[in-house]
Amino acid sequence: MASITARKNSDLVFRFLCYAATAMGLGALILILFKLFYEGFSGLGINVFTMTTPAPLSQGGLLNAIVGSLIMTALATVVGTPLGILAGTYMAEYGRHDKVTQVIRFVNDILLSAPSIVVGLFIYELVVRPMGGFSGFAGACALAIIVLPVVVRTTEDMLLLVPDQLREAASAIGAPRSFVIRTIAYRAARAGIVTGVLLAVARISGETAPLLFTALGNDNLKFSIFGELESLPTSINKFAGSAYPDLNSLAWTGALLVTAAVLILSIVARTLTSVKKSSP
Amino acid sequence: MSMQMNTMPTDTSASTAGVAFQAMPSHAVKPKVKIENLNFYYGQTKALKNINLALGERQVTAFIGPSGCGKSTLLRILNRIYELYPNQRAEGQVMLDGQNILDPKVDRNQLRAKIGMVFQKPTPFPMTIYENIAFGIRLYENLSRSDMDDRVEKALRGAALWTEVKDKLQASGQSLSGGQQQRLCIARSVAVRPEVILFDEPCSALDPISTAKVEELIDELKEHYTIAIVTHNMQQAARVSQKTAFMYLGELVELDDTKKIFTSPSDKRTQDYITGRFG
Repeated sequence: MASITARKNSDLVFRFLCYAATAMGLGALILILFKLFYEGFSGLGINVFTMTTPAPLSQGGLLNAIVGSLIMTALATVVGTPLGILAGTYMAEYGRHDKVTQVIRFVNDILLSAPSIVVGLFIYELVVRPMGGFSGFAGACALAIIVLPVVVRTTEDMLLLVPDQLREAASAIGAPRSFVIRTIAYRAARAGIVTGVLLAVARISGETAPLLFTALGNDNLKFSIFGELESLPTSINKFAGSAYPDLNSLAWTGALLVTAAVLILSIVARTLTSVKKSSP
Repeated sequence: MSMQMNTMPTDTSASTAGVAFQAMPSHAVKPKVKIENLNFYYGQTKALKNINLALGERQVTAFIGPSGCGKSTLLRILNRIYELYPNQRAEGQVMLDGQNILDPKVDRNQLRAKIGMVFQKPTPFPMTIYENIAFGIRLYENLSRSDMDDRVEKALRGAALWTEVKDKLQASGQSLSGGQQQRLCIARSVAVRPEVILFDEPCSALDPISTAKVEELIDELKEHYTIAIVTHNMQQAARVSQKTAFMYLGELVELDDTKKIFTSPSDKRTQDYITGRFG
């Protein structure tokens, strides 16, 4: 058996390692954010929101990218969310004890961690080639496929957290199954499910790879999903590698916008969950 | 149906009535629920073995016995709530007013309107106090706003909760204390006007004062409802019930007048259990 001193020392070493690891992680995060804010704010001006992709050495902005991102993200969320919630509901409520649910969960987890570029290639083959060109529609399809597993997973997890006693209690006064799910289970799991959707939106708002093969990009302001569409991540990708410092600066500003959007979504998600905790 | 408003914890009128009821000869009580040759299985495991018993109308029947003896299982058959889970199966008959409720043709939701249930842990729904009560009523009736208000008030009065919550009907049901939550659940069951109410260890999560209130309530409820209560607390069984059933290892050992069970049981196993030799 180790002596008291040895145990105290090992405690000290372990604690030091934990602190050091935390400091390293936080340090990297702070450096990234600092650089991002420093570079991003310096390029932030009204032109960013009013002008489209500039020609080299002239002034321009990210309007086309912002609009494209909003359109594709919204469409992907509108399509992916109901599908994901219904699938998650099947897994947690109707098919909880079924073998097929375990298979779905396994496949869903694979999809959840699949590299997004694979999703992009898949949509390229499935949508872009048959339709004869890149389009915002194809981009939204790719993003919807990324939204889906996130929403499925969180919906299932959140519904499983709802105590069975609550379902029993509602069933015991004669409420039919689907009614119990809609009025009791969804209500009890609402904050968690909404959080899942917001996190899914946050995730796709930064996705680049699946859009490169699907929406491609567009230097002009477009509102139609049946044509090439710009997006913030693809703009960043394009401008960051440019030889012109103006465009590099615009890339930083785009990155700042994406980060800010994700941050706001995360804060909203966190607030929703904590509201649930304080007054259940 | 006129539920008396008994908000004073010291009100004893109902318990006096209970004593009078107990004094009546037992053959005068009409059976409301008759269980015949009932077997129950969790998968391959037989949890209940050939149960035969009757619940007297407007009587409280208590079920006692060591953990795992099948008391709760028996209760969960009476409203077919076990059907929520796969691999659970009941065989035999449970007659409610002469109709076999285990018959798949009997609609389980209509059955549950007639047989209410209160659970071990208070289970308020994640909505307001008012909505917790209105939820059940809306399943069966389409009431105007003012009629609904009346019914909600009546149900809350029936559960001796009205005076405590009448000024915060729009507060979350989950903001109430444990004892209040449990009475809210009782009000919710009463609100749909059942004929039988099943209590599955309703006080095991409550403090002594809340327990006393719920026990008093059960005593009042038996004026209108047939009641079955599962309890681990033998004093509670003695206090609230007219009949007591002792169950052991999935069998019904004996069912008799509560007084007799606790003073001179016929079976040695009952004797051993109530004197604390096992369980």
